[in-house]
Amino acid sequence: MQRFRMGAMFRSEQMTLCQLFLQPEAAYTSVSALGEMGIAQFRDMNAEVNPFMRKFVSEVRRCDELERKLRYIEEEVRRDDVKIPDLEEAPTAPNPREIIDLEAHLEKTETEMLELSQNGVNLKSNFKELKEMKYVLEKAQHFMSEECDLFTAASAFVFQQEESDSNRALIGGEERGRLGFVAGVIPRDKVPGFERMLWRVSRGNVFLRQAPLEEPLEDPATGQPINKTVFVAFYQGENLKSRLKKVCTGYHATLYTCPSSVSEREGVVRELRIRLEDLNVVLSQTMDHRHRVVQAVAKELQTWKAMVRKMKAIYHTLNMFNMDVTNKCLIGECWVPKDELQHLRRALEDGGKAVGSTINPIINILSTTENPPTFIRTNKFTEGFQVLIDAYAVGTYREVNPASFTTITFPFLFSVMFGDLGHGIVVFLFAGWMCLFEKKLKKNKWGEIWDIFFGGRYIILLMGIFSMYSGLLYNDIFSLSLNIFGSGWVMNIPKYNLSVESKLALDPAEGGYRGDPYYMGLDPVWQSADNKIIFLNSFKMKLSIIIAVVHMVFGICLSVVNFVHMKKYINILLDFVPQIIFLVLLFGYMAFMVVYKYIVFSPYSQQEIADDPSLEPWGTRCAPSVLITFINMVLVSANSKVEGCNQYMFGGQEEIQRAFLVIALLMVPVLLLGKPIYIKMSARRQATHQVLKPATNGDVSNNGIEMTGASDPEQGGHVQPRGGQDHGEHGESFSDVMVHQAIHTVEYVLSTVSHTASYLRLWALSLAHAQLSDVLWNMVFRRAIKIAGGMGTDGSFSGGNIAGGFVIYVVFALWVCFTVAVLVLMEGLSAFLHTLRLHWVEFMSKFYTGSGYPFEPFSFKGILKETNSLD
Amino acid sequence: MLKICGPKLSLCGLIISAWGIVQLELSYIVFNEDVVSFQVLMGIFYFVRSVGLAEDLSVMEENFETMEEFYAAADSGYQQNAYNCWIAACLYIFTLLISAQQFYQNSRNSLDA
Repeated sequence: MQRFRMGAMFRSEQMTLCQLFLQPEAAYTSVSALGEMGIAQFRDMNAEVNPFMRKFVSEVRRCDELERKLRYIEEEVRRDDVKIPDLEEAPTAPNPREIIDLEAHLEKTETEMLELSQNGVNLKSNFKELKEMKYVLEKAQHFMSEECDLFTAASAFVFQQEESDSNRALIGGEERGRLGFVAGVIPRDKVPGFERMLWRVSRGNVFLRQAPLEEPLEDPATGQPINKTVFVAFYQGENLKSRLKKVCTGYHATLYTCPSSVSEREGVVRELRIRLEDLNVVLSQTMDHRHRVVQAVAKELQTWKAMVRKMKAIYHTLNMFNMDVTNKCLIGECWVPKDELQHLRRALEDGGKAVGSTINPIINILSTTENPPTFIRTNKFTEGFQVLIDAYAVGTYREVNPASFTTITFPFLFSVMFGDLGHGIVVFLFAGWMCLFEKKLKKNKWGEIWDIFFGGRYIILLMGIFSMYSGLLYNDIFSLSLNIFGSGWVMNIPKYNLSVESKLALDPAEGGYRGDPYYMGLDPVWQSADNKIIFLNSFKMKLSIIIAVVHMVFGICLSVVNFVHMKKYINILLDFVPQIIFLVLLFGYMAFMVVYKYIVFSPYSQQEIADDPSLEPWGTRCAPSVLITFINMVLVSANSKVEGCNQYMFGGQEEIQRAFLVIALLMVPVLLLGKPIYIKMSARRQATHQVLKPATNGDVSNNGIEMTGASDPEQGGHVQPRGGQDHGEHGESFSDVMVHQAIHTVEYVLSTVSHTASYLRLWALSLAHAQLSDVLWNMVFRRAIKIAGGMGTDGSFSGGNIAGGFVIYVVFALWVCFTVAVLVLMEGLSAFLHTLRLHWVEFMSKFYTGSGYPFEPFSFKGILKETNSLD
Repeated sequence: MLKICGPKLSLCGLIISAWGIVQLELSYIVFNEDVVSFQVLMGIFYFVRSVGLAEDLSVMEENFETMEEFYAAADSGYQQNAYNCWIAACLYIFTLLISAQQFYQNSRNSLDA
């Protein structure tokens, strides 16, 4: 699947609809071979059949049962914290004999695990009970040692309440003075409620002693720790005892019999200890055995899972096949890329051979009017860009794929907004690291955000490289500038002005400019100029408009490629020509004026103008605003006159502008009416043709049947592609076409203006980025440098320098954090989103229909990956 | 060995100090008069000392009577900054060593576990 042909990105691959005739015995192996290759997308031949009525339901059920067992086993393995090794290489789908083996093996393993865990639970609950009892006895011992105090306390306690009649009734007259007790354990969180309930039930006549258990006990079923509390409740009389027991069962307290004499108690405790020790040995042996079993299972688990998943996928696919009337073969339909037909054939032959079949499989190529799926081959570099395009819409079959151009335009437009050499280097290093170590990093699972970054590593790499380049052009590195070639400006502040606070505003008309420009990009002196923003605003705004026109004209031109390929030549005349003329005559002309103004007008100094008065109209004072000129052009009003200047930039400009405007506006009705009128006319012509020729537009048109091997005419007769309807323009009524075209026209005309304006985001974002990094440098780092610089003594190295160095050390770390978090991450994200919008809306709306559906071949690789990501 | 910080913090320290060493050493070279004027190879950095960096000097806010005074003050300012950057770079080399050791320790621990 990774083979790459030139131009494979340009449009989606040619697809063919194939009909497969498979022998029932060979079907399983053939589909398995296809699944390994992943070249065919099967169509459901019995969509109307209930899933429970299909042919291979029992097999799918078997797979479900196996999966259930595997899930149970996996759960058990995970509970034991045994690491399940990842799959190195996926096994092939099991053949029928292997399936039976696997089933038997899983059955055995499951029962073994079930028994083991059942035994474990039994043993553990036994162990827990003994342990609880031991605790109860030990604590009771402790409580009883305070016996004397207790009894006196208790009798005093009873005595106090003696007067109450109801109490007397409760306790019973004769039994006064004889105290009984129950002991047990209760979950700790239930203690307060239990206590309150006891108090209410006995009206305060039960004396409760409690002590929390130091170590939590293990729940035998779930293995969770539970905190429990030992209690001993002293009561008087049978009546209370029965009530007390009811409360205890209500609160799930476990009661243990506790001998009342000390020696007896000690004897029981001793006995308990011995039994506990015995049980401990048994338990550890059981755990060891279980661990061994689990470890053996864990090794094989992923292999089994993959096998069962493949098997299930094959039966699901086979369920999409039709049974022949004679029950002798299975018939299926699938989409296959034209280049892969041989592979398809070979896979089917291999599948047949595997079961010893001598009959060759039969492949029919069907012709259909249905839209084939869109399949674009990508490699690891283009994949990310294709994902960006597909996120908007999957391309229509065989239409121009914008992803191929996006590989360059995307990082370019990004870099216009993100132009900073320093930030570019940071982005580049990060992406370069991801690309260099991609094999190693691919295995890492660091969460969703990492996956996004890693999936787009080549996009990020290019964005980094382009940002470095445009940062060099903007001469911006962390908002400083590099003076590589030597500035074209010289200092022209007179010496006597040194003491006066002077502003550094650059104006070539006022001198200081040496005449030869800085060789590459912006002159570094602009970084400290006071009129830097005024200059950059105008520069970047004009740049955005020029980029906008170029990008959109390119998009419109791509629509020609689509029209030619779809053989809709008339659309070139009725769609493309009016569109491109409208755009070029309005905004293309504006871009021309920008360049023309740059070439023709120059900053002449007062002296030069005085020497040669003919230069005056070409000085900066007379340079007209391009925007105002353009607005005047659209409003059909004349440019305002300025003393000593020309009204227009060149002769005949007013007339040309007017002509451009009229032609551009004339294109609107052409765009609006051209296509509907053409469709109406061609429909009439066709109607006269139809009378002469009988209709051949049936939905069956299988003149391209290709048989491999022996084909008998009976089978050929079954060929019946279930084609869709022909959704041509002929199907729509004239009013539909008209409404459609009107919407299209209004949208195009409005969008020409709004989309051009939308490209100004290039200017806005790049300015914001430069300013933000400037603010960060000035407010954080420059302050530190100044403070540190003031610490040292003049000229020589001193202790002050160490303190100064420390200040820089601290503030630099702060500055790095802000740079990465705000300028690289946040600003990068926002520039990325704006670039995405410029491509999706401004560029792709000019030619991209995006009404296709993706090619999803039946492939084990994809199925295994999908289920893995679901886990 | 002593383990002070976790894997993330040590990685963060590693990156910041590597960045710091590169950028601050470069700043040192840019600011330092001696280095630049005598080494032809470093000539490029002489030009790199752009006007933009002059704004980083504290002396620039004062007013001067003569050109010589101004240049002397600027040179001394540059030199001071050079020393400061050099110290900070040294501190980052120190940080780098510690972070690298910690990072190594952490990665070895995670291998053991």
